[in-house]
Amino acid sequence: MGYMNAENLIKQYGSGGATVTAVDGISFGIDTGEFVAIMGESGSGKSTLLSVLGGLNSPTSGRFSVDGVDIYALTSDERADFRKTSIGFVFQNFHLLPYLTLAENVMLPLAIVKMSKKEKLSAALDALARVGLQGKTARLPNQISGGEQERVAIARAIVNRPPIILADEPTGNLDTRTGAEIMKLLSALNHERITVIMVTHSNDYAHHARRLIRLSDGRIAGEEKAITQGGTVRGEG
Amino acid sequence: MTLKNIAISNLRRRKARALFVLAGLLIGVSTVIGLISLVQEMKNDINHKLEMYGANILIVPKTENLSLTYGGLSLGGVSFDMTEIHQDELDKIKTIKNSANVAAVGPMVLGPVTLGDHRILMAGVDFRAAEILRPWWVLRGKIPVEENSVVLGADTSKVSGVKAGDRVKIQGRELLVTGVLEPTGSQDDGLVFAPLATAQSILRKQNRVSMAEVAALCTGCPIPEMVSQISEVLPSANVMAIQQVVKGRMETIGHFQNFSYGVSALVLLVGCLMVFVTMMGSVRERTVEIGIFRAMGFRKSHVIRIVLLEAGMISAAAGIMGYFVGLGATRALLPLFTEGHGHGAVSFDPVMAGSAFLASIILGITASLYPALMASRLDPNEALRAL
Repeated sequence: MGYMNAENLIKQYGSGGATVTAVDGISFGIDTGEFVAIMGESGSGKSTLLSVLGGLNSPTSGRFSVDGVDIYALTSDERADFRKTSIGFVFQNFHLLPYLTLAENVMLPLAIVKMSKKEKLSAALDALARVGLQGKTARLPNQISGGEQERVAIARAIVNRPPIILADEPTGNLDTRTGAEIMKLLSALNHERITVIMVTHSNDYAHHARRLIRLSDGRIAGEEKAITQGGTVRGEG
Repeated sequence: MTLKNIAISNLRRRKARALFVLAGLLIGVSTVIGLISLVQEMKNDINHKLEMYGANILIVPKTENLSLTYGGLSLGGVSFDMTEIHQDELDKIKTIKNSANVAAVGPMVLGPVTLGDHRILMAGVDFRAAEILRPWWVLRGKIPVEENSVVLGADTSKVSGVKAGDRVKIQGRELLVTGVLEPTGSQDDGLVFAPLATAQSILRKQNRVSMAEVAALCTGCPIPEMVSQISEVLPSANVMAIQQVVKGRMETIGHFQNFSYGVSALVLLVGCLMVFVTMMGSVRERTVEIGIFRAMGFRKSHVIRIVLLEAGMISAAAGIMGYFVGLGATRALLPLFTEGHGHGAVSFDPVMAGSAFLASIILGITASLYPALMASRLDPNEALRAL
């Protein structure tokens, strides 16, 4: 039993003859502090799986638990609280709010946390410093590069100090060099015992993870564990 | 960063939408305030001018005899043996609770007299009170200031051939005709008016009056209440409101008031629809944003609060601005509705301002409830297409 456990997860969309099975009986466990990459072709169900792991998408059947808590047995509000305290999302398209400064964007998750204004600002500035953007806190998202926007998205994901980061194609919109920088950043966070689960279609980036889960048609097609990050991988699937 | 900051930032970003909602509510609130203030000021104006309408309460003796009509109004007993009210009793009217609203009390003694070959009705009146009670009188000549002088109605003058300045003999008493009334279209045309004391002396009804007319100002005193107060102090008299005058006057305002309320309700409904449609559009436009909030751990109630905070802030601004715009419009329009003599300036009313403020917030939030619920019910996964 791992820190996060998926047991025979099935997610279907539609009904009757038009039913599409996006996730088809997936089971695995993830330990605290793991760095897991989920890979697969487009439509293999990796993004659906990530949304289920993030407590955003109720599975049709199966069980998903974190630290022994069945996430989908919780009420909607309790699941929201779980996301607030345990999950940091990093989106492919960054999804920064264009009308807020970088510091304000990073402070967004703290809007529903009981903290003083000063403490919130301090936490946001720390998170921005952590991703190397300490000098640009008052800028708007459209005044910085794509790589920097991704860094802001990561800062926003970690400002609440969640134990889990879920990243959906975090390098999808970035050039190779910037993508590599983002991967280094995620690796560094993982070294701080943050569990990172990342969806990617890039082998190069996937091998920054310590474990790789390959999906095909909603099922686990293979699993690999890296011996060293960025180095040789050993197939297990 | 708080939910309020998010709401304010969003309003700043989507200024056009915010202004549209503001305009919808502002027009609604200012129209309602304008119409309510206008109706209120019209009421005040009409009440203020009540004296111009003459008497609106009649006091007649209690009697079981045949009725005597005067000006289309029932005056109680008739003819020679009719009962009368003691003149001194009328002083009791000054003691009623709403005595401050009594503009004039006009005692009147009535009795038949002979003028030449004609039998006519003589009315003894207090000419000073008559100025208030019968503002429509137009007199050719002068008001009698001396005891033995009279004023003739238009028909009396025509039939008897007596004119202003002539001397006439009534019941053996020589009287100076100081003036003749222009035709009024009422029974006044067929009467001869003498000072009260003179008429009482001629009719041998010293210190007695046949009836009394009262002009009451309606501001803050419903006529029926004053009728009841006068009845209490004059138990031997029948006190009645001249219903046609009161009702007609109030009905006119009442119709306008109902029309105003109807227009207000319609404008408010349109305002609410504008808020509803705009907020629905805003929620649809922010689907991804709401998805991000939900992914970050915002509860449904947090999303509802953000939407309602936005609506509340715009509505509060619309309430304040709407009140002052409505007030300004009333000030501008009042002279048109009160024939150029708007009674007093429309002043700031803290109760109405507070009501406008609260009503605007309640309406704005009510109209935004469904969009807020829709926003909270967005499936975070559907809303966040990225995941």
